[in-house]
Amino acid sequence: MSDLVLRSAGSLATQPNQTELKQDALRERFALFGLCSPALLLVLIIMVLPVGWLFWLSFLGEDGNFTLENYQRMVESKSYARIFRNTFEVSLLTTGICILIGYPLAYFLSQLPRRAANLCMITVLLPFWTSLLVRTYAWLVLLQRRGLINEWGMDIGLWDEPIKLVHNLTGTLIGMVHIMLPFLILPVYGSMKAIDRDYMKAAANLGASPAQAFWRVFFPLSLPGLFAGALIVFVLCLGFFVTPAVLGGGKVIMVSMRIATNIELFFNWGAASALGVVLLVLTLVILGIASRVLRFDQLLGGGHGS
Amino acid sequence: MASLMKWLGEPASETQITHGGRLWLYLLAGLVMAFLLAPTIIVIPMSFSDSQYLEFPPRVWSLRWYDHYLGSPEWMQATFTSLKAGIFTMLVATPVGVMAAYGLFVSRMRIASLIFLILVMPIMVPVILVAIGVFYVYVQVSLVNSLLGLVLAHSILAIPLVVVVVSSALKSYDMNQEMAARSLGASRFRAFMVITLPQIRFSVITAALLSFLTSFDEVIVAMFVSGGENSTLTRNMFNALRDQIDPTIASISTIMIIVSTSLLVLAQVFGKSGDEP
Repeated sequence: MSDLVLRSAGSLATQPNQTELKQDALRERFALFGLCSPALLLVLIIMVLPVGWLFWLSFLGEDGNFTLENYQRMVESKSYARIFRNTFEVSLLTTGICILIGYPLAYFLSQLPRRAANLCMITVLLPFWTSLLVRTYAWLVLLQRRGLINEWGMDIGLWDEPIKLVHNLTGTLIGMVHIMLPFLILPVYGSMKAIDRDYMKAAANLGASPAQAFWRVFFPLSLPGLFAGALIVFVLCLGFFVTPAVLGGGKVIMVSMRIATNIELFFNWGAASALGVVLLVLTLVILGIASRVLRFDQLLGGGHGS
Repeated sequence: MASLMKWLGEPASETQITHGGRLWLYLLAGLVMAFLLAPTIIVIPMSFSDSQYLEFPPRVWSLRWYDHYLGSPEWMQATFTSLKAGIFTMLVATPVGVMAAYGLFVSRMRIASLIFLILVMPIMVPVILVAIGVFYVYVQVSLVNSLLGLVLAHSILAIPLVVVVVSSALKSYDMNQEMAARSLGASRFRAFMVITLPQIRFSVITAALLSFLTSFDEVIVAMFVSGGENSTLTRNMFNALRDQIDPTIASISTIMIIVSTSLLVLAQVFGKSGDEP
């Protein structure tokens, strides 16, 4: 009985203090939260507002009235359908090639001792930090008619006449794979390094052949990284501009290139905005689906954008 | 030879596979690494060629294209603009991004993850969309072709990188150290500056270098919102590339490769001794 009285007296004494402390803590958290506001404001004003404006423009006709003609044109016109098909094909092919050659390299790197791995990692990081335009230019020089690849190919006798390696799909794919590979390799490497090597020992111990141990133990464990990497590559490819514009020679037209020409040549804001909105929605839907499967910081493990 | 044969027969990993058994993997990995590295490496000697057609190896060595670059007022002005834009972008994006990452980390508000998502948005939205959106708005407020407009646009492209890099460093940082400093009488700001910042400084430096490069290498936004005397180097390069292969660009590329390589080395040197395990 006396115990109860004591306890309730105690709680009576501390209660006001407690609520005040709570309020204080809340106020401090708000103040700290305010630290985000400059960044938030910048992103809202410089990106969200303009993109929202484009969204609005995409529903305006040339006379300034509300219309769906910009979207209608996209559905009806064959040239737009071809551009979207083109964009998806190029993105899928690039992602596929990146997986085929990037996964083995990541595996190789993950098996090396630390020092050697760091050394070989330079070959991945150096292009990653080098300007995209410079790398695209390098391919343009190497792949041109009188370029190094053609000369070497003819010297070794692989082909007799210069073959067309650039200003077409081949050149575009070579350039894009080169630019995208680090975005695939880095997350895959990360997920491979996190795999406990004892699992492989255990598999071997239980009689698995090297191939079995790889496909049934190692490969499934590396899938989250592979999935994240492939997704980043695919999404970046969808919005790609510079490399296809330079190496495609007008034969590979991506959505983003059409958006640019709509503005630069035709000043057609409605059409450009509508294309942009569709591109954005596609990108966000893909990322949205992926974020249900993956954690977001895993997706962003990579680094510097295109 | 005998030692090579012996090495081929040695076990290569935790399974019973030998080095010989995965020779194909070593070959493939070597080829892919060459593919990654070769183009940038080959451009460097080519830029010293005297020929219009950029031979490799150059038959006659010359500094002709460097002379052409250094002697051209347009290229020089563009280089200067790019450097200014890069430095200002770094000076805007780094503090703003670090503040945001810190604020999100310590406030532990429920909407923090939503804010994080908005802040990293600019690297997920296709750049062309940001470019034409910003262009449209800048036309209304006459910021087109201004350095300020360029820096603001580049800053929002750099902020996500700063936020991501610094947030991941804060995750492995023990916040109790800051609490200890404050219980000893330091203000929150002082505790951050004296205790926290020095310990995450390597990520902050990496983030700053990345911000600079983001702006310095950026093409698409610069294409739309920079121009006239504020044309960037990349904008001019891109325009020159669309017309023909100008060998001057090889010399500029070499300089840009040297810049980004030295920044990478800087980041590695600082990063290695740093906070990230």
